Formats: sequence, structure tokens, C-alpha cells
Amino acid sequence: MMQLAVPEAPLLNVDNLVVEYGLGNKTVHAVSGVSLQVARGETLGLVGESGCGKSTLGRAVLQLRRAKSGRVLFDGEDLTAMEGEALRKMRRRVQLIFQDPIASLNPRRRIGDIVAEPLVIAGVKDVAERRRRVHEVLSAVGLDPDLVAGRLPHEFSGGQCQRICIARSLVLNPEFIVCDEPVSALDVSIRAQILNLLEEMKARFGLTLLFIAHDLAVVKAVSDRVAVMYLGRLCEVGPSEQLFASPAHPYTALLLQAIPVPDPDVRPAESVAGGEPPSPIAPPSGCRFRTRCPRADQRCSAEIPELREIAPGQFAACHHPLA
Amino acid sequence: MSGPLLTIEDVAVELPTPRGNLRAVDHVDLSLEAGRTLGIVGESGCGKTMLSRAVLQLLPKKAKLSGRVMFDGQDLARLDSERLRQLRGRDLAVVFQDPMTSLNPVLTIGTQLMETIQEHLELDASAARARSIELLAAVGIPAPEQRLAQYPHQCSGGMRQRIAIAIALSCEPKLLIADEPTTALDVTIQAQILDLLAREQRRRHMAMIIITHDLGVVAGRADEVAVMYAGRVVERAPTPALFKRMHMPYTEALLAAIPKLDAAPHTPLPAISGRPPDPTRPLRGCSFAPRCRYATGRCHEAKPALTGAERPDHLYACFHPIRMAEGVGA
Repeated sequence: MMQLAVPEAPLLNVDNLVVEYGLGNKTVHAVSGVSLQVARGETLGLVGESGCGKSTLGRAVLQLRRAKSGRVLFDGEDLTAMEGEALRKMRRRVQLIFQDPIASLNPRRRIGDIVAEPLVIAGVKDVAERRRRVHEVLSAVGLDPDLVAGRLPHEFSGGQCQRICIARSLVLNPEFIVCDEPVSALDVSIRAQILNLLEEMKARFGLTLLFIAHDLAVVKAVSDRVAVMYLGRLCEVGPSEQLFASPAHPYTALLLQAIPVPDPDVRPAESVAGGEPPSPIAPPSGCRFRTRCPRADQRCSAEIPELREIAPGQFAACHHPLA
Repeated sequence: MSGPLLTIEDVAVELPTPRGNLRAVDHVDLSLEAGRTLGIVGESGCGKTMLSRAVLQLLPKKAKLSGRVMFDGQDLARLDSERLRQLRGRDLAVVFQDPMTSLNPVLTIGTQLMETIQEHLELDASAARARSIELLAAVGIPAPEQRLAQYPHQCSGGMRQRIAIAIALSCEPKLLIADEPTTALDVTIQAQILDLLAREQRRRHMAMIIITHDLGVVAGRADEVAVMYAGRVVERAPTPALFKRMHMPYTEALLAAIPKLDAAPHTPLPAISGRPPDPTRPLRGCSFAPRCRYATGRCHEAKPALTGAERPDHLYACFHPIRMAEGVGA
């Protein structure tokens, strides 16, 4: 069994991170005080619906979006305090895979050059060495380097483009990869191929992953632990099996209930909790989920619930957690 | 009941491309009775959307359509554009995937709703307005009167889809085609919209076609499911039979490839290797044969016909069907 408890020194430690966007004279509260840890070799799944701040959080971890406050410690070093060359050096160790594999490849460049680009940026001058690395990663993701390297992105399907993106993210031998909805744009049959590939690459290259997605089943398939986000805050974090079997936060329960199950004997739950997420420009006071929560009371609007341990390793931010 | 409401007979759609003709829909037969729901499931490029466009007679200009689409006793391909225009929106309504692009961004919600109502039903402005408010309330929009004056961008994605559904329902259609109605929406909103569609369908005794890539969406909500692959219907059955005793290896593989909520983390998924065939190239055998683990020489040589061996309502196109006898399972 995997070690599920949060270990002493996590590879990634996000501490009370706050990210805000300006929108005219208003402020979008995208991430409002999120803390989480990812152990070395672990996959942490991050789920939530669109607009909950999960992608912003992923980008803030990589410093592609600077935080307003809070810290991002990677292997003990504070990325939020880094700039320029130091940050560029650190970025070799952390990579990103995007949702749309076709849009994230330059349509005018050959696959070999696209995958070699990170090496060029990192200052690997030796052309033969670059070619060797590109060959290695392209083969690793199941593509034939000799057939693929000279071709252009439009000659490939979405699934193959995602393989190329994964190869590119691996070429610098990173330790940590943020996967932002890596399979959402893919068909079911291709999605399974890519999920299996990510698992294989993780084992082979000893990676640590932050896996962001809106699909709970997809997240469960690859994650050791799962964090559920709603409107800029974490609702619940816990070991995957435990969190899915006995969700403590009403929002986690709602998400699980809303998933259409491919089994005609499972009647769809009539009318899951109504309403829609409020605007992150003016989030509700107290618990942000309270406007849709069947258990909400006075305390939920007055007091922000802190994450606390409900069961070993399982934390929920709720005043009235489910038993 | 006097026969099915909709009959699709040997419908084929070809699209000319620089690389040759693309077989978008490859000789499909389907039928649907009033008040029933048909789910059409398939991955992108399988022809499910083109098939629905063929029903609506909304194909791209250059597309070549053959076969017959009989709706409510009329052959739609033979109707002139004026008759078609009267039919679409009234008896034959559609909800598209993206509610932002299917609503007009420069017209208020009220204008768009009332336009449809006044076009098809002989109502004056105040009656149309009253009906619009009633419809918005029926699809679960709070404060419907205020919404009438708003523009689509002032509504969330889920609200916009509710409005699109209200417009589609406005003239009491006999058939509603919902093309990936929830794909652009979040999962909690998806459940609400699917509930809404099911409720309104029951209430209005309307026939519905749900087109989706997600077997989960049709499992609990369609009476019958047709699975499409590379332009053809490869299996068609009442929903319980399809999920319990599928005969087509593609259906089995598609279901197996979906991550399951009750599976342990890090369970490898049974992925389908390869990808669908190039629809511009001629294909001799079964279109799924190159990816199928049961395929034999025969599958590459001849095209299996869609037949029902055990029971007439469970059709499949396969030489080596799986789970033929009761109790024999994988």
C-alpha cells in the first residue's frame, strides 16, 4: 500500500496561498488561502468545477501567476520569493501539461524541435545530446522518433499531440509535473491510453504529480490523495478511496452524486442540490458553499470553516461534516 | 399509435474534402416513437452530429445526403425550405452543445423567446410575453420577468442552456434533438439540465434524441441506445440490454475504457489501442476490426450487417458477437 499520510517534508508545500485578479475596479478572488502538500512520488488530484480556481492554483504553483500572498515551497525553497535566473533554473524541475494538446504545440514547428525546445532554453548546446534526449522521451511516450520528429503538429490526432506534450514535459527530467485537465479534450478511448501513459511515466521517471481535473472518476483513477476545491477554497482533502467512500464535506458528496454512472440500474438522483456557484467577485461570507448547502445554518455564514481532521488523513472544512 | 414519429432510412452523408469524399454517416437506419428517448452515443467524428443535422436538414451546403428521413408522415428531404422552416422550431426543435453560440448575443432573452413563439404560434405580443415568462419559470430560471430584459452574456452557462431549452420547448415540439446538451457544463449543472430535460419530456410526451459521447449520460435516461462508430450504427438495443448484454466489442471496449468511481486508484484502464479509421479511405471490412481484440480474417474482408439474432430489438454489426447466451459474461 502507498503511504497515504502527509509525510514530514513534502516536495511541494503550498502555504496559505492567495491569488486575485483585477477586473475593472473589482477583484476576482480566485484562490483564497489554500494550503496543501504533495509528498515526493505522490499524485495529488485537484478537483472542482470551472471557475473554482484549480487552474489558477496550478499556475501559481509554477509562478506563471504570482500570488498576492502566501508561499509555495518546492523542495524547501520558496518559489514566490524567486525571480529571473533562479526561477528559470527551478523551472527545469517543474513542468506543466495543458488541456488542449493541439493548441499547446506551435503549428509551424517540427515535433523534434518542439520537444527539444526546453533543452535549448536550458542551455544544452550539444546537438547530438539534444537529439538523444528527444529520441528517448518520444519513444517513452510510445511514438516512433524517426517517423515523428520531422513532422508538424497538424499531422497528428489529439491523443498523439498529448503524447508529444508529455514527451516535451519529460525532456528536462523534471521531478514535478502539474497536469491541468490533460485528458478533458480527449475521447473516451484515447483518454484511457493517456491516463495509462501518465501512470507509466510517473513510475518510470519517479515523478510527483499535481493532477487537476473536473472529472472525479478520472482523478480517482490516478491519484493517491484528492483535494476538492470550491470557489477558491479547499473543501476537503483525503486519501482517494476514503474520500470517495465517505465524503465528509457536503460539496464532495454533491459532486459524487451528480456524476452520471454508466449503469442503467443506477437511477440518476433526482434533483441534486440546486443552484449554481456564486460569483468569485463577491463570494459568500463564511463558508463559500453555504448558499447551495443543505446543512447550512447561521454559523456557516458567520464563520469561515477551517480544514480539520475528520478521519485519519482526511480533512474537511465544514462546520457540519457528514458522518 | 400509428407507427414511429421519426424514421431514418438508409441515410448516408458524404462531405467533399481535398483528400476525397468523407463518409460522415454510412447508411444508418433508426426509428423513434412519440414520447420515447433515443440516445446516440459515440466518440468525436463518429457521425452522430452529422446524423442529427441530416434529420434537421441542416447539413453543410456541399454535403451529399441520400436515404429518407420521415418525420410525422413527411419526407423531410422533399420539403421546400419554407415548409422546413415552419417545421423546425415548431414540431422539430434542437438544443445545441454550446448555449453561448446558439443564442444571439445582441438580442435580449425575451426577444429571442418571443420571436420564436410569435413566428410559430399565432399569439400577440402580450400573450407571447406571458408564455415566455411561464417557460422560463418551467425550466427553473429564478425571477423570469427580469431575465427577459437581459442579454445572454449576463447569464451563466447553465442558465443559458436552460434558456435554450425554453426556446426549444416554446412551441411544444414533437421531437427534441439535444446534441451534447451538457458537455459544456459542470457536473452539478449537468445533472440539473438532464433532470430538466427528462421532466419536460415526460410532461409533454415529446420524443427526444440525446446525442452524447458519455455513456453515463444515456444510461439512466434513454429508452434505447444506438452506438455509432465510423459513421455506422454498430449496436442498437433497449438501454438495459445494451449495458447488461452488449454484443458489439466496440461497445464493450468503450464502456471498459471509462474510469470507474468504484475502482481502486492506479488501476490500469483497459484502453482501446489505435484510433478510428480515416473516413476518406475506402474500407472493406468492419470499421472496428483494426482495433478489435476478437477480429479475425473475415472481419477485415467483409462488412458485418446490422442484425438482430436473438431478439429483434437488439441489433449489432459483428461477426463475433460477445455474450450471446444468457449468463455467459466476460
